[in-house]
Amino acid sequence: MQITKDLVVKIAKLARIRLTDSETEKFTTQLGAIVGFIEKLNSVDTAGVAETNQVNGMENVLREDEIENFPKMNELIACSQHPLENNQIKIKKSI
Amino acid sequence: MNITALNLVETRKLLSEKKASAEEVSAAYWQRIAALDPKIESYLFVAQDQASENLTGSLDGIPIAHKDVFCAASMPTTAASKILENYVPPFDATAVAKLKQAGSVILGKVNTDEFTMGASTETSAFKKTRNPWDLARVPGGSSGGSAAAVAADLCVFATATDTGGSIRQPSSFCGVTGLKPTYGRISRYGVISMASSLDTIGVITKSVADAAIALEILAGQDVRDATTSSAPVEKYSANLHTDLKGLKIGIPREYFVEGLDAGVEKVIRAAISQLKKLGAEIVEISLPHTEFAVPTYYVVASSEISANMARFDGIRYGPTIKNEDAANLVEMYFENRTRGFGDEVKRRIMLGTFALSAGYADKFYKKALQVRTLIKKDFDAAFAGVDLIAAPVAPTTAFKLGEKIDDPVQMYLADIFTAPASLAGVPAISVPAGFSVNLPVGLQLIAPQFAEAKLLAAAHAFQTATDFHLQKPKFI
Repeated sequence: MQITKDLVVKIAKLARIRLTDSETEKFTTQLGAIVGFIEKLNSVDTAGVAETNQVNGMENVLREDEIENFPKMNELIACSQHPLENNQIKIKKSI
Repeated sequence: MNITALNLVETRKLLSEKKASAEEVSAAYWQRIAALDPKIESYLFVAQDQASENLTGSLDGIPIAHKDVFCAASMPTTAASKILENYVPPFDATAVAKLKQAGSVILGKVNTDEFTMGASTETSAFKKTRNPWDLARVPGGSSGGSAAAVAADLCVFATATDTGGSIRQPSSFCGVTGLKPTYGRISRYGVISMASSLDTIGVITKSVADAAIALEILAGQDVRDATTSSAPVEKYSANLHTDLKGLKIGIPREYFVEGLDAGVEKVIRAAISQLKKLGAEIVEISLPHTEFAVPTYYVVASSEISANMARFDGIRYGPTIKNEDAANLVEMYFENRTRGFGDEVKRRIMLGTFALSAGYADKFYKKALQVRTLIKKDFDAAFAGVDLIAAPVAPTTAFKLGEKIDDPVQMYLADIFTAPASLAGVPAISVPAGFSVNLPVGLQLIAPQFAEAKLLAAAHAFQTATDFHLQKPKFI
């Protein structure tokens, strides 16, 4: 299938990545080649084949819903380079 | 006495016989790093003078390095990316904590491709690590820093991760031993994720016996990683064999195709003869869906990458533009991510975003998950008839720096023999098997899930009959 420049611009926007014009051109060519290569999968007969999401057979790993306080809360939020207020990270208004 | 030339088993003996102190051993490694690493550039961060806290564990005073995706408290953990530049986690990954508890000394953090995306360590935002066997060549990737550091005796062993080949391929390129256990054998808590259904924690060491010791310490269920298995952790180091009698080893015909370098094939064929001499019965097998492994891997991995990379936005960690310099929150995400991620990361995020997007998810992502089932079934069927599989690790020896970086598809094909075992979640090891044009070539052994004991025993037998793993790069 054709990977167009418009599709690349749309994908980049979804991924929250801004591309320059020359990057858009470069990635359009490269992604085109990669998708062309991936289309090899179309030749495999997968009728009735289940999908594998989990490779070692585990499912529904549960635990009791017990509240624990992470012991290094202050050190953790201090990793942010944004201003802190009341143990919270202060960011731009989003609403 | 050349302390840094010793492997883990030998270093432990040295310490227990009091022929050297823990301080002397660490000092020898730090000295060697200072002298040689400027040429190799394997370390992103050197932790000077870190004393071992626990001197009664099985790794008392043993100096090791951690791939820079393993969170080590109070040390920078960057995933070799600008988006995590100067990030200092306040906690240890489970793997780091277990090794610390056993007495290891952390020499520092070693280089990787950015967010472990690559096969040459060239996508690192900070350094290009060189292959100690030929400084103009790549060490392989993504665990190129780990492999180069072990090959150049800049640590006793190093932790690493393997998602599509990132432990095995650099180990092959650098002439060292690289173990990728079964998916879920070692906890991924505290290790920066790339592709969550594929990422596997492992080690790069100077010998199989060393890898067996490391695995005993690292393996086991962890309440903090719900994908870890409760399968028992065996005494891998106590059951290493010196022969392969009674073992049936399958050679997959699909791994010996055009594209496999003639010099590499010669070494692998000779290694297979060696396995036969050790008593193994060699049979040809078929893994029919091998040619679809790389495209399947790149769809599955990229899709999971696009989800895992979403957390990097400069809010909780990493560099960021100031609130007052962004028009709104989304603009901040755009700015931080655009500045922080390198090309390969951007490429894979976009590929994954595309593969998962409406209109394409069925055609690409769902299809890949179905082909993954077929690839896994190939291995299940093969292991019904053989104990282990032997194969090449990579189609070539180490290529030159810059050779493949501008051609993504060519770089992706470096994973052609390692991606299948990753998709099937089976354990595999790369052991030094010889040289082609003076560059190391690794032999890959693959076992069924949770059969690490069988895998390590056979790999050890191969090492007792060969001396390739004892060769050291000449420039040192």
